[in-house]
Amino acid sequence: MITAGIDVGAKYAKIVVLEDGKSILTRANGIVGFDILKSVTAVSEKALDGTGLKRDQITRIVATGMGRKAIHRTPPINAEEIVPDVIADAKGTHHLISTVKTVIDVGAEEGRGVKVDENGKVRDFVINERCAAGAGTFIETMARALEVKVEDMGLLALKSTEAIPMNAQCCVFAESEVVTLIHSRVTKENISKAIHDAMAGRIASMVLRVGVEKDVALIGGVAQNPGFLPPLKKELNTEIIVPEHPQYVGAFGAALLALEMEGHQNE
Amino acid sequence: MSEKSKEFWRWREYRHTMPNMDWHDAKMVTAGVDIGSVGSKAAVMLDGELYTYAAMRTGGVSEETAVKAMNWAIEETGLKTEDIHYVVGTGYGRVNVPFAKRTITEIACHARGAHYIYGPTVRTVLDIGGQDCKAIRCDEKGKVMSFLMNDKCAAGTGRGLEVFADLIRTPIEELGKTSLSVQDEPQPVSNTCVIFAKAESVALLRQGWPKEKVSAAYHLAMVNRIIDLLTKVGIEKDFVVTGGVAKNTGIVSRLERNLKLKPLEPKLDPILAGAIGSALFAKALYEKEIGLR
Amino acid sequence: MKAYYGYKDGSGDYFIIIDTDKCNGCRKCVDACPHRVFELIKDEFDIEGGLMAAVTEEHRKKIKYSCGPCKPMSGERKLQCVLACEAKAITHSW
Ligand code: SF4
Ligand code: SF4
Repeated sequence: MITAGIDVGAKYAKIVVLEDGKSILTRANGIVGFDILKSVTAVSEKALDGTGLKRDQITRIVATGMGRKAIHRTPPINAEEIVPDVIADAKGTHHLISTVKTVIDVGAEEGRGVKVDENGKVRDFVINERCAAGAGTFIETMARALEVKVEDMGLLALKSTEAIPMNAQCCVFAESEVVTLIHSRVTKENISKAIHDAMAGRIASMVLRVGVEKDVALIGGVAQNPGFLPPLKKELNTEIIVPEHPQYVGAFGAALLALEMEGHQNE
Repeated sequence: MSEKSKEFWRWREYRHTMPNMDWHDAKMVTAGVDIGSVGSKAAVMLDGELYTYAAMRTGGVSEETAVKAMNWAIEETGLKTEDIHYVVGTGYGRVNVPFAKRTITEIACHARGAHYIYGPTVRTVLDIGGQDCKAIRCDEKGKVMSFLMNDKCAAGTGRGLEVFADLIRTPIEELGKTSLSVQDEPQPVSNTCVIFAKAESVALLRQGWPKEKVSAAYHLAMVNRIIDLLTKVGIEKDFVVTGGVAKNTGIVSRLERNLKLKPLEPKLDPILAGAIGSALFAKALYEKEIGLR
Repeated sequence: MKAYYGYKDGSGDYFIIIDTDKCNGCRKCVDACPHRVFELIKDEFDIEGGLMAAVTEEHRKKIKYSCGPCKPMSGERKLQCVLACEAKAITHSW
């Protein structure tokens, strides 16, 4: 049976198409623009392109992510079900790392901490939302202030020589602080590190509200940033596993949930 | 009377000495220096009455700015720093006032100063600066009953408005006006966060909303947020608005409408509130020192 | 006086409110808080006043995070400062 999961994030939509809960037939991602439905449709076409697969061969689609409602039972995608991010995160991560107890998901606009039980169910969770200082947007905004590509931010931080503190706790004020730092000739490497450290500090404090239990995994778009993992490990004082393709874990979890729901329906 | 002023972008530097006052007649000469992040002010009072003052931009070195502001305030009066009995420093750079005997938090000084400027009926003071927002409730003596200061988040500060002014390419001085030209008040922007509110505004503009309407929605969201903060400390009349954002009619008129309270008009530039308040504290401290209290 | 230390940002309201009329400057909150959020300062609002508790400058802009560990999402919430203060001068807005 073929199922699919679509994670409609604040910035990117991610799609995973799964056969029998085992093999990934295709996956794709793309930017979510002003018209969510249109953007997600384009991403799903991109995913199916060249695979010979058609929408009606997919038995069930489960949507998750901030924009999930836009495609819920709405053509052309017609996602049959929607689930909250934390449930999809827990499911997907647990399937990839069966020993996981704590999942940290950092996306563009939200940061989440999820405690997972041995069956991949959510025990507890915490969310940072509606403040850009607590998620990926922070790093992105700072990259603009530094005039560096977002993708390069992490590598830059890894080349730093000195840890300097950042005081601003707001994306907007931090932008000015970065400009001041540039003017006082602090290197871009060190500034980038300061940015990642500040961000890791906030995410770590958030996760502490659900408690940190091993194994710990980091997923979401920001997990691809190599500069973010070291300070996060340090703050939480633990090893952290980053699965392959961390940005797709939510969509993967949703596809697994779709299969589960089918199973229940046929029982 | 001597008044000099140089126009600066959005911030006027000036000094003024009250006519018909002579410091030689005064028993107590006290002063306050308020070193803010943008502007610094110095005020000298004779027995608790405002005598001379100056306001200028804060330079790179706070100590120098403090000395400059003070010297400018007493210029041509014949008064020397040594003649001043007691000086109190306030504002974010208050520890950098070399000749101050004591420092006092800007909240206390601001309330005291607002009380002097607007009169003893003032109970609620809202101060919105470039980087912070303060809500203060005080009693008939200008003593603080409750206060709140938000300098963590750019939403609800001058900075939040600057970001929006930039977006719709409107000079900050005219921003308030643009928001008042719409017939019906739209729904407020739903995001508080400046970064997300900006993105939301971009989406509204793309949907074809005229920029005046988006501006109204943005201002309204900010006003709702301010009212929320004011409610925490308690709103009592009389009500006053100080700080740079007091000049934004889009904010002030909406506050007026939604709170059903008309802010009092100042008799003096409210930018001086902190300096005046600290000079009044200086007087009280001097009285205590010489055993008058 | 009710002193509100903290902030409101896009995600919510985070204030520690100290009722300085109740606070007697006993210092118990300073010692009780595992994250050193409090300090005793000279009462600057009333020149006749003594010492009073305040939230340190360092924590004011990140109090949501500083207090996070004392506010687990589930299980018992033990705010050490509030428990330590016999004068009942401390409240949290969230
Ligand atoms: S304006 Fe700054 S502090 Fe406020 S919600 Fe946005 S990022 Fe957070
Ligand atoms: S424990 Fe209570 S009374 Fe004692 S210093 Fe702290 S706030 Fe004041």
